[in-house]
Amino acid sequence: MTHKPQPIDRPFWTPGVLVMLALMIAAGVTLIIRYTYGLAAVTNLSNHYPWGIWIGLDVASGVALAAGGFTTAFLAHILGRHYYEAVTRPALLTAALGYTFVALAVFFDIGRSWAIWKPIFYQNHNSALFEVAMCVMVYVTVLWIEFIPVLAERLGKKIRLLAFLNRSLDKTMWVFIILGVVLSCMHQSSLGTLMVIAPTKTSPLWATPLQPLLFLTSAFAVGYPMVVVETAIATSSLKLESEMNVLTPLSKITILLLGIYMALKLGDLISRGAYVTLLDGSAQSNAFLVEVGLGVVLPWIMLLFPAVRRSRRLLFVAALLIVSGVMLNRFNVFVVSFKAPYANHPYYPAIGEILVTAGAVATIFFLYRLIVTWFPVLSAQRQEVSR
Amino acid sequence: MTISRRGFLGALGIAGAASTMPGNAQAWQSKAPPAPYGCLVDLTRCVGCRKCELACKEVNGLPEPAVKFDDLTILDAKRRPDQNVFTVINRYYTGRIDERDRLVPTYVKVQCMHCQDPACVSACITGALTKKENGAVHYDVNKCIGCRYCMAACPFEIPAYEYDRPILPRVRKCTFCFERISKEGGRPGCAAICPVEAITFGRRPELLRLARNRIDGDPGKYIDHIYGEQEVGGTSWLYISNVDFQKVGFQELPARPMPQTTETIQSALFSYLWSPLALFGVLGAVMGVTSRKHHAADHGKEDGHDA
Repeated sequence: MTHKPQPIDRPFWTPGVLVMLALMIAAGVTLIIRYTYGLAAVTNLSNHYPWGIWIGLDVASGVALAAGGFTTAFLAHILGRHYYEAVTRPALLTAALGYTFVALAVFFDIGRSWAIWKPIFYQNHNSALFEVAMCVMVYVTVLWIEFIPVLAERLGKKIRLLAFLNRSLDKTMWVFIILGVVLSCMHQSSLGTLMVIAPTKTSPLWATPLQPLLFLTSAFAVGYPMVVVETAIATSSLKLESEMNVLTPLSKITILLLGIYMALKLGDLISRGAYVTLLDGSAQSNAFLVEVGLGVVLPWIMLLFPAVRRSRRLLFVAALLIVSGVMLNRFNVFVVSFKAPYANHPYYPAIGEILVTAGAVATIFFLYRLIVTWFPVLSAQRQEVSR
Repeated sequence: MTISRRGFLGALGIAGAASTMPGNAQAWQSKAPPAPYGCLVDLTRCVGCRKCELACKEVNGLPEPAVKFDDLTILDAKRRPDQNVFTVINRYYTGRIDERDRLVPTYVKVQCMHCQDPACVSACITGALTKKENGAVHYDVNKCIGCRYCMAACPFEIPAYEYDRPILPRVRKCTFCFERISKEGGRPGCAAICPVEAITFGRRPELLRLARNRIDGDPGKYIDHIYGEQEVGGTSWLYISNVDFQKVGFQELPARPMPQTTETIQSALFSYLWSPLALFGVLGAVMGVTSRKHHAADHGKEDGHDA
């Protein structure tokens, strides 16, 4: 093993952390209002627009951006490319935190939060949402099970149960690793099926029966760029050495994965003839152009250049474009694309919706920092790995 | 690098194929009841008296409206059914004039269409919404979690939500007076009260015959279109009209049932969980091979080979 994940020896309370705390408090207050006066008090949701940014960003984008977890697990553990193990723990932590907050966003968004367990007993197998819910429920559990070794490394001596669980996982961890990949493929694609049921209420730019495949391939494509982005943020904010020796080869694989997504996306657009409205200047068309132009095509071309893949800054830019592109795609599919046939005004998120979303992101950053400070997640990159 | 990339491509191919291949799925079949109850609304008969709105409120125990039912000024604005009002009448001026050159209004009753293959029923995560044999799309609040996917899915934008209730909000929509029509001779409140017989309650196949007879009996008067016969695979509520439907608030909708595509995808991919199980098997095999290689490398000489 050439890497050694270890706790970070850095002060925890920084100005950034205080900003996160402020956002978390604002979100908390908003949620108190939501559970006192109802969704109407803090959201712009209506009978025309039943889903807003809590579904489009917190849930749909959240799921997509947590794809680093299963894509790195696939590479390092299933294909046995142990070279990449340095990034599996941070990616796993991001996925575990991300999915936990996806579940929380659903909890806050549904009208009857207390009834969130009901789909386990009342099942509608025709519903893509049912499948997404089941997968996310199981996958959150799987992710935290995969994280037990990290917790046990630090606390195993103090908490007997952790050490015991860790020992029993030695032989069975492979099941959870594979299960994680399978569950991810299932719900990443089914998330794309959700809006296929409303072809008359979605813009033709996104209304395609191929949407589940597009969601799946974009999840594959965004996994490694997400690792690049979070590693860059973590290493620069925690003043660690960058891990370019791992990130550069990861970005090479991304050329292929993003290329597949791009080919499918453009092929679908052309074969359905939906491109005809692209230059009509509407919000939908512009959102699509930004999503595909800046979020897919541009970073794909950038990654073709070895100089970009080797440059810390340029690689970060390319990866950030891909991550933003996929995020925008999910937002577009669930929010921008949605046409309420009888609405006489568009949907804009209310302050309360934005505060809760910002608070959720802040909490994820906060917990990430907290956990990497205390637990062995990040690898201190000191030596070059021979290839 | 080459070996691992091939493996990666292989798994990717399987995952990709799994989301496009029809697999072992059977062709999609409609679950529509054969002879459900329905209502035929004749737009040429409705006089916009709002008696149906009043009856709906009484029968369903809905809250008192801000504007009284005999106040017809409310017709100046277009309304939609909502969480407190299950049906509304809207007035349209389409340019039609009478013999004294006065504009003639067309009144349109709006409520749940009670689709034959409803998108909301297919979408509902817990099966809280069901299509009953008697035609009603029925809501069971005890199963509902409030995800509002039914609202996103409904092509007619009908289900409404009690956003102002923090703990126990409900989805609200026309019930087709499920309790009343389940009894012998029972009719929905609106159909029973209509003073001009603009709403005819009956079995859907009979209503379709009746509608066809009326259109054929006066082809100069009626548009040759029964709205709801084909739309989204058919609806229990049907409309005939003397003006173009799209001029009076109706959407042009495809004849394909809304759930057909998604249900086909879901059953092709996940019937008997075949694709997840297959993927699990393939990944397990790959992992077995690579970990054996890794062990061999560990026990052999350390030569920096990273496979």
